[in-house]
Amino acid sequence: MSELPSKAPAPAEDAESEPRPGRVRKPIGWSTIIIAALVAVSAALVWRRDGTEGVLDILTHDLSLFGGILPRVLAGCLLGAFISEILPHEKVSRSLGPKSGLMGLLIGAAFGAILPGGPFTAYPVASALLAVGADFGATIAMVVSWTLIGYGRAVAWEIPIMGTDFTLWRIVISLPLPVLAGALGRFVYVRLYPKPLAKDDES
Amino acid sequence: MSAALLIDILLWGSVLGVGLIAFRRGPPVFKASLREGSMDFINIVPRIALGVIGSGYIAAIIPQEVITGWLGPDSGWLGVASAVVAGAATPGGPVIGFSIGTVALKSGGGVPQVVAYVVAWALFAFQRVILWEIPFMPARFVWFRCAVSVPFPFVAAAIAMVIGKP
Repeated sequence: MSELPSKAPAPAEDAESEPRPGRVRKPIGWSTIIIAALVAVSAALVWRRDGTEGVLDILTHDLSLFGGILPRVLAGCLLGAFISEILPHEKVSRSLGPKSGLMGLLIGAAFGAILPGGPFTAYPVASALLAVGADFGATIAMVVSWTLIGYGRAVAWEIPIMGTDFTLWRIVISLPLPVLAGALGRFVYVRLYPKPLAKDDES
Repeated sequence: MSAALLIDILLWGSVLGVGLIAFRRGPPVFKASLREGSMDFINIVPRIALGVIGSGYIAAIIPQEVITGWLGPDSGWLGVASAVVAGAATPGGPVIGFSIGTVALKSGGGVPQVVAYVVAWALFAFQRVILWEIPFMPARFVWFRCAVSVPFPFVAAAIAMVIGKP
Protein backbone atom coordinates (compact mmCIF):
# COMPACT_ATOMS: atom_id res chain seq x y z
CA MET A 1 0.00 0.00 0.00
CA SER A 2 2.70 2.51 0.98
CA GLU A 3 5.20 2.14 -1.86
CA LEU A 4 3.38 2.12 -5.13
CA PRO A 5 5.29 2.07 -8.41
CA SER A 6 5.55 5.72 -9.39
CA LYS A 7 3.79 5.34 -12.71
CA ALA A 8 0.44 4.56 -11.03
CA PRO A 9 -0.75 7.82 -9.55
CA ALA A 10 -4.37 6.63 -9.25
CA PRO A 11 -5.54 5.72 -5.75
CA ALA A 12 -4.82 2.09 -5.01
CA GLU A 13 -8.34 1.01 -4.14
CA ASP A 14 -9.66 2.26 -7.45
CA ALA A 15 -7.08 0.25 -9.32
CA GLU A 16 -7.86 -2.79 -7.24
CA SER A 17 -11.56 -2.60 -7.78
CA GLU A 18 -11.11 -2.82 -11.53
CA PRO A 19 -11.64 -6.56 -12.12
CA ARG A 20 -15.21 -7.58 -11.71
CA PRO A 21 -15.46 -9.17 -8.28
CA GLY A 22 -18.20 -11.58 -9.32
CA ARG A 23 -20.88 -12.56 -6.92
CA VAL A 24 -19.77 -15.23 -4.54
CA ARG A 25 -22.35 -17.94 -4.08
CA LYS A 26 -22.55 -19.26 -0.63
CA PRO A 27 -22.16 -22.95 -0.01
CA ILE A 28 -24.46 -24.53 2.51
CA GLY A 29 -23.08 -22.84 5.58
CA TRP A 30 -23.54 -23.08 9.30
CA SER A 31 -26.49 -20.73 9.20
CA THR A 32 -28.43 -23.08 6.97
CA ILE A 33 -27.52 -26.08 9.11
CA ILE A 34 -28.58 -24.33 12.31
CA ILE A 35 -31.86 -23.23 10.75
CA ALA A 36 -32.52 -26.72 9.42
CA ALA A 37 -31.91 -28.20 12.87
CA LEU A 38 -34.19 -25.61 14.46
CA VAL A 39 -36.89 -26.39 11.93
CA ALA A 40 -36.59 -30.13 12.49
CA VAL A 41 -36.95 -29.70 16.25
CA SER A 42 -39.92 -27.35 15.85
CA ALA A 43 -41.65 -29.67 13.40
CA ALA A 44 -41.14 -32.56 15.81
CA LEU A 45 -42.67 -30.52 18.63
CA VAL A 46 -45.64 -29.59 16.45
CA TRP A 47 -46.07 -33.25 15.56
CA ARG A 48 -46.07 -34.27 19.23
CA ARG A 49 -48.61 -31.60 20.07
CA ASP A 50 -50.93 -31.66 17.06
CA GLY A 51 -50.12 -34.94 15.33
CA THR A 52 -49.56 -35.52 11.63
CA GLU A 53 -52.52 -33.37 10.72
CA GLY A 54 -51.03 -30.34 12.43
CA VAL A 55 -47.75 -30.84 10.63
CA LEU A 56 -49.49 -31.15 7.26
CA ASP A 57 -51.68 -28.10 7.92
CA ILE A 58 -48.66 -25.90 8.41
CA LEU A 59 -46.89 -27.49 5.46
CA THR A 60 -49.72 -26.84 2.99
CA HIS A 61 -50.20 -23.30 4.26
CA ASP A 62 -46.50 -22.53 3.97
CA LEU A 63 -46.19 -24.19 0.58
CA SER A 64 -48.88 -21.92 -0.85
CA LEU A 65 -47.11 -18.98 0.75
CA PHE A 66 -43.89 -20.17 -0.85
CA GLY A 67 -45.53 -20.39 -4.27
CA GLY A 68 -46.79 -16.84 -3.92
CA ILE A 69 -43.39 -15.53 -2.92
CA LEU A 70 -41.36 -17.19 -5.68
CA PRO A 71 -42.04 -14.67 -8.48
CA ARG A 72 -40.98 -11.85 -6.19
CA VAL A 73 -37.83 -13.70 -5.26
CA LEU A 74 -37.04 -14.06 -8.95
CA ALA A 75 -37.66 -10.35 -9.48
CA GLY A 76 -35.40 -9.56 -6.53
CA CYS A 77 -32.60 -11.72 -7.90
CA LEU A 78 -32.83 -10.14 -11.34
CA LEU A 79 -32.91 -6.67 -9.80
CA GLY A 80 -29.78 -7.43 -7.79
CA ALA A 81 -27.97 -8.88 -10.81
CA PHE A 82 -28.81 -5.97 -13.10
CA ILE A 83 -27.90 -3.41 -10.48
CA SER A 84 -24.54 -4.98 -9.76
CA GLU A 85 -23.91 -5.03 -13.50
CA ILE A 86 -24.85 -1.44 -14.28
CA LEU A 87 -23.50 0.33 -11.20
CA PRO A 88 -20.07 1.83 -11.77
CA HIS A 89 -17.95 -0.08 -9.30
CA GLU A 90 -15.37 2.64 -8.87
CA LYS A 91 -17.99 5.19 -7.95
CA VAL A 92 -19.72 2.81 -5.58
CA SER A 93 -16.56 1.95 -3.72
CA ARG A 94 -15.67 5.60 -3.55
CA SER A 95 -19.03 6.80 -2.28
CA LEU A 96 -20.03 3.75 -0.21
CA GLY A 97 -16.71 2.05 0.45
CA PRO A 98 -14.71 1.81 3.68
CA LYS A 99 -13.25 5.28 3.20
CA SER A 100 -16.50 7.02 2.29
CA GLY A 101 -16.84 8.52 5.78
CA LEU A 102 -20.05 10.00 7.14
CA MET A 103 -21.17 10.86 3.63
CA GLY A 104 -21.16 7.19 2.65
CA LEU A 105 -23.28 6.29 5.67
CA LEU A 106 -25.70 9.10 4.85
CA ILE A 107 -25.97 7.98 1.23
CA GLY A 108 -26.58 4.40 2.36
CA ALA A 109 -29.25 5.51 4.82
CA ALA A 110 -30.96 7.74 2.27
CA PHE A 111 -30.93 4.96 -0.29
CA GLY A 112 -32.46 2.51 2.19
CA ALA A 113 -35.18 4.99 3.09
CA ILE A 114 -36.33 5.55 -0.50
CA LEU A 115 -35.95 1.98 -1.76
CA PRO A 116 -39.33 0.69 -2.93
CA GLY A 117 -40.69 -2.79 -2.34
CA GLY A 118 -40.18 -5.25 0.46
CA PRO A 119 -37.49 -7.61 1.70
CA PHE A 120 -37.39 -9.22 -1.74
CA THR A 121 -35.93 -5.97 -3.11
CA ALA A 122 -33.99 -4.65 -0.11
CA TYR A 123 -31.75 -7.66 0.51
CA PRO A 124 -30.83 -8.48 -3.10
CA VAL A 125 -29.99 -4.82 -3.69
CA ALA A 126 -27.97 -4.66 -0.46
CA SER A 127 -26.15 -7.80 -1.49
CA ALA A 128 -25.43 -6.28 -4.91
CA LEU A 129 -24.03 -3.13 -3.29
CA LEU A 130 -21.79 -5.27 -1.12
CA ALA A 131 -20.56 -7.09 -4.21
CA VAL A 132 -19.67 -3.93 -6.11
CA GLY A 133 -17.68 -2.25 -3.37
CA ALA A 134 -19.87 -0.90 -0.59
CA ASP A 135 -18.48 -1.74 2.84
CA PHE A 136 -20.33 -3.33 5.78
CA GLY A 137 -20.87 0.07 7.39
CA ALA A 138 -22.70 1.67 4.47
CA THR A 139 -24.65 -1.51 3.76
CA ILE A 140 -25.72 -1.77 7.41
CA ALA A 141 -26.85 1.85 7.25
CA MET A 142 -28.89 0.98 4.18
CA VAL A 143 -30.52 -2.16 5.58
CA VAL A 144 -31.29 -0.60 8.97
CA SER A 145 -32.66 2.50 7.27
CA TRP A 146 -34.85 0.41 5.01
CA THR A 147 -36.32 -1.49 7.94
CA LEU A 148 -36.68 1.45 10.34
CA ILE A 149 -37.52 4.50 8.24
CA GLY A 150 -38.41 3.04 4.86
CA TYR A 151 -41.89 4.14 3.92
CA GLY A 152 -43.04 0.84 2.44
CA ARG A 153 -43.84 -1.07 5.59
CA ALA A 154 -44.86 2.08 7.46
CA VAL A 155 -47.51 3.00 4.90
CA ALA A 156 -48.77 -0.50 4.27
CA TRP A 157 -48.86 -1.83 7.84
CA GLU A 158 -47.68 0.40 10.65
CA ILE A 159 -49.93 3.41 10.03
CA PRO A 160 -53.12 1.34 9.59
CA ILE A 161 -52.43 -0.78 12.66
CA MET A 162 -50.57 1.48 15.08
CA GLY A 163 -51.89 4.84 13.95
CA THR A 164 -50.29 7.81 12.22
CA ASP A 165 -49.17 9.59 15.39
CA PHE A 166 -47.27 6.67 16.82
CA THR A 167 -45.75 5.74 13.46
CA LEU A 168 -44.46 9.21 12.62
CA TRP A 169 -43.17 9.68 16.12
CA ARG A 170 -41.45 6.30 16.03
CA ILE A 171 -39.86 7.16 12.67
CA VAL A 172 -38.59 10.49 14.01
CA ILE A 173 -36.99 8.64 16.93
CA SER A 174 -35.44 6.17 14.48
CA LEU A 175 -33.97 8.82 12.18
CA PRO A 176 -30.46 8.86 13.67
CA LEU A 177 -30.24 5.09 14.12
CA PRO A 178 -29.21 3.92 10.60
CA VAL A 179 -26.18 6.20 10.46
CA LEU A 180 -25.24 5.30 14.05
CA ALA A 181 -25.56 1.59 13.29
CA GLY A 182 -23.47 1.98 10.16
CA ALA A 183 -20.83 3.95 12.05
CA LEU A 184 -20.71 1.35 14.81
CA GLY A 185 -20.51 -1.38 12.18
CA ARG A 186 -17.62 0.29 10.44
CA PHE A 187 -15.87 0.99 13.74
CA VAL A 188 -16.13 -2.64 14.85
CA TYR A 189 -15.38 -4.09 11.42
CA VAL A 190 -12.10 -2.24 11.06
CA ARG A 191 -10.97 -3.55 14.45
CA LEU A 192 -12.27 -7.07 13.90
CA TYR A 193 -10.68 -7.43 10.48
CA PRO A 194 -7.79 -4.95 10.62
CA LYS A 195 -6.38 -5.79 7.20
CA PRO A 196 -8.83 -5.80 4.35
CA LEU A 197 -8.89 -9.37 3.13
CA ALA A 198 -9.58 -7.96 -0.33
CA LYS A 199 -10.44 -10.65 -2.83
CA ASP A 200 -10.98 -13.84 -0.89
CA ASP A 201 -12.91 -11.87 1.68
CA GLU A 202 -16.19 -13.69 1.29
CA SER A 203 -15.18 -17.20 0.37
CA MET B 1 -54.94 -7.42 -2.60
CA SER B 2 -54.50 -4.18 -4.52
CA ALA B 3 -51.54 -3.29 -2.34
CA ALA B 4 -49.90 -6.56 -3.32
CA LEU B 5 -50.60 -5.81 -6.97
CA LEU B 6 -49.08 -2.36 -6.60
CA ILE B 7 -45.97 -3.86 -5.03
CA ASP B 8 -45.64 -6.34 -7.88
CA ILE B 9 -46.05 -3.64 -10.51
CA LEU B 10 -43.45 -1.49 -8.76
CA LEU B 11 -41.11 -4.44 -8.40
CA TRP B 12 -41.29 -5.71 -11.97
CA GLY B 13 -41.25 -2.11 -13.20
CA SER B 14 -37.91 -1.61 -11.43
CA VAL B 15 -36.61 -4.87 -12.87
CA LEU B 16 -37.64 -3.74 -16.33
CA GLY B 17 -36.06 -0.34 -15.80
CA VAL B 18 -32.63 -1.60 -14.71
CA GLY B 19 -32.87 -4.39 -17.29
CA LEU B 20 -33.34 -1.80 -20.00
CA ILE B 21 -30.30 0.13 -18.79
CA ALA B 22 -28.30 -3.08 -18.83
CA PHE B 23 -29.57 -3.89 -22.32
CA ARG B 24 -28.43 -0.52 -23.61
CA ARG B 25 -24.95 -1.32 -22.37
CA GLY B 26 -25.00 -4.14 -24.89
CA PRO B 27 -26.64 -7.56 -25.19
CA PRO B 28 -23.64 -9.40 -23.64
CA VAL B 29 -23.99 -7.35 -20.45
CA PHE B 30 -27.71 -8.00 -20.45
CA LYS B 31 -27.31 -11.72 -21.00
CA ALA B 32 -24.60 -12.01 -18.38
CA SER B 33 -26.69 -10.36 -15.70
CA LEU B 34 -29.75 -12.32 -16.73
CA ARG B 35 -27.78 -15.52 -16.26
CA GLU B 36 -26.31 -14.26 -13.00
CA GLY B 37 -29.76 -13.40 -11.66
CA SER B 38 -31.23 -16.74 -12.69
CA MET B 39 -28.36 -18.61 -11.06
CA ASP B 40 -28.88 -16.60 -7.89
CA PHE B 41 -32.54 -17.49 -8.01
CA ILE B 42 -31.85 -21.20 -8.40
CA ASN B 43 -29.40 -21.05 -5.53
CA ILE B 44 -31.71 -19.11 -3.28
CA VAL B 45 -34.92 -21.10 -3.81
CA PRO B 46 -33.96 -23.97 -1.48
CA ARG B 47 -33.01 -21.52 1.26
CA ILE B 48 -36.23 -19.59 0.87
CA ALA B 49 -38.16 -22.87 0.92
CA LEU B 50 -36.44 -23.85 4.14
CA GLY B 51 -37.14 -20.39 5.54
CA VAL B 52 -40.82 -20.24 4.62
CA ILE B 53 -41.72 -23.77 5.59
CA GLY B 54 -39.42 -23.83 8.56
CA SER B 55 -40.46 -20.55 10.11
CA GLY B 56 -44.06 -21.75 10.01
CA TYR B 57 -43.10 -24.57 12.37
CA ILE B 58 -40.97 -22.35 14.56
CA ALA B 59 -43.82 -19.85 14.78
CA ALA B 60 -46.25 -22.63 15.70
CA ILE B 61 -44.31 -23.54 18.82
CA ILE B 62 -44.01 -19.96 20.07
CA PRO B 63 -47.30 -19.17 21.76
CA GLN B 64 -48.38 -15.59 21.26
CA GLU B 65 -49.10 -15.27 24.98
CA VAL B 66 -45.40 -15.65 25.67
CA ILE B 67 -44.65 -12.67 23.46
CA THR B 68 -47.35 -10.48 24.96
CA GLY B 69 -46.29 -11.63 28.41
CA TRP B 70 -42.78 -10.40 27.81
CA LEU B 71 -44.05 -7.10 26.52
CA GLY B 72 -46.47 -6.56 29.38
CA PRO B 73 -45.59 -6.10 32.98
CA ASP B 74 -42.16 -4.63 33.59
CA SER B 75 -41.48 -0.96 33.23
CA GLY B 76 -38.08 0.69 33.10
CA TRP B 77 -35.04 -0.83 31.50
CA LEU B 78 -35.94 -4.38 32.43
CA GLY B 79 -39.16 -3.87 30.51
CA VAL B 80 -37.21 -2.47 27.57
CA ALA B 81 -34.89 -5.48 27.59
CA SER B 82 -37.74 -7.99 27.63
CA ALA B 83 -39.52 -5.98 24.91
CA VAL B 84 -36.40 -6.35 22.74
CA VAL B 85 -36.41 -10.12 23.25
CA ALA B 86 -40.12 -10.22 22.48
CA GLY B 87 -39.56 -8.24 19.27
CA ALA B 88 -36.90 -10.64 18.05
CA ALA B 89 -39.00 -13.69 18.96
CA THR B 90 -42.27 -12.48 17.43
CA PRO B 91 -43.35 -14.92 14.75
CA GLY B 92 -45.22 -13.91 11.62
CA GLY B 93 -45.32 -10.81 9.49
CA PRO B 94 -45.97 -7.13 10.13
CA VAL B 95 -49.65 -7.60 11.01
CA ILE B 96 -48.80 -9.70 14.02
CA GLY B 97 -45.88 -7.55 15.12
CA PHE B 98 -47.73 -4.24 14.96
CA SER B 99 -50.92 -5.72 16.41
CA ILE B 100 -49.02 -6.94 19.46
CA GLY B 101 -47.51 -3.47 19.79
CA THR B 102 -50.94 -1.85 19.60
CA VAL B 103 -52.41 -4.22 22.17
CA ALA B 104 -49.52 -3.48 24.50
CA LEU B 105 -50.05 0.28 24.11
CA LYS B 106 -53.77 0.03 24.75
CA SER B 107 -53.38 -2.24 27.75
CA GLY B 108 -51.09 0.22 29.45
CA GLY B 109 -47.65 -0.82 28.28
CA GLY B 110 -45.04 1.90 28.53
CA VAL B 111 -44.39 3.89 25.36
CA PRO B 112 -40.58 3.45 25.47
CA GLN B 113 -41.07 -0.29 25.85
CA VAL B 114 -43.41 -0.45 22.86
CA VAL B 115 -40.98 1.64 20.80
CA ALA B 116 -38.18 -0.75 21.77
CA TYR B 117 -40.42 -3.65 20.79
CA VAL B 118 -41.29 -2.25 17.37
CA VAL B 119 -37.70 -1.25 16.63
CA ALA B 120 -36.37 -4.63 17.79
CA TRP B 121 -39.00 -6.37 15.70
CA ALA B 122 -37.96 -4.34 12.65
CA LEU B 123 -34.29 -5.11 13.25
CA PHE B 124 -34.32 -8.71 14.39
CA ALA B 125 -37.66 -10.45 13.81
CA PHE B 126 -36.35 -13.99 13.40
CA GLN B 127 -38.73 -14.88 10.62
CA ARG B 128 -37.54 -12.07 8.37
CA VAL B 129 -33.90 -12.86 9.13
CA ILE B 130 -34.34 -16.56 8.37
CA LEU B 131 -36.62 -16.09 5.43
CA TRP B 132 -35.05 -13.16 3.63
CA GLU B 133 -31.83 -11.82 5.02
CA ILE B 134 -29.84 -15.06 5.40
CA PRO B 135 -30.77 -16.43 1.97
CA PHE B 136 -29.89 -13.21 0.16
CA MET B 137 -26.93 -11.83 2.07
CA PRO B 138 -23.55 -13.28 3.01
CA ALA B 139 -24.01 -15.04 6.35
CA ARG B 140 -21.14 -13.12 7.90
CA PHE B 141 -22.88 -9.85 7.05
CA VAL B 142 -26.15 -10.95 8.62
CA TRP B 143 -24.65 -11.95 11.95
CA PHE B 144 -22.48 -8.86 11.99
CA ARG B 145 -25.44 -6.61 11.17
CA CYS B 146 -27.56 -8.19 13.91
CA ALA B 147 -24.80 -7.93 16.52
CA VAL B 148 -24.12 -4.31 15.67
CA SER B 149 -27.84 -3.47 15.82
CA VAL B 150 -28.34 -4.78 19.37
CA PRO B 151 -27.86 -1.41 21.14
CA PHE B 152 -30.32 0.48 18.96
CA PRO B 153 -33.71 -0.59 20.34
CA PHE B 154 -32.33 0.61 23.67
CA VAL B 155 -31.19 3.88 22.10
CA ALA B 156 -34.67 4.32 20.63
CA ALA B 157 -36.26 3.67 24.03
CA ALA B 158 -33.91 6.19 25.62
CA ILE B 159 -34.83 8.83 23.04
CA ALA B 160 -38.50 8.03 23.63
CA MET B 161 -38.02 8.52 27.38
CA VAL B 162 -36.35 11.88 26.78
CA ILE B 163 -38.74 13.40 24.24
CA GLY B 164 -41.90 11.92 25.70
CA LYS B 165 -45.11 10.59 24.22
CA PRO B 166 -46.29 11.17 20.68
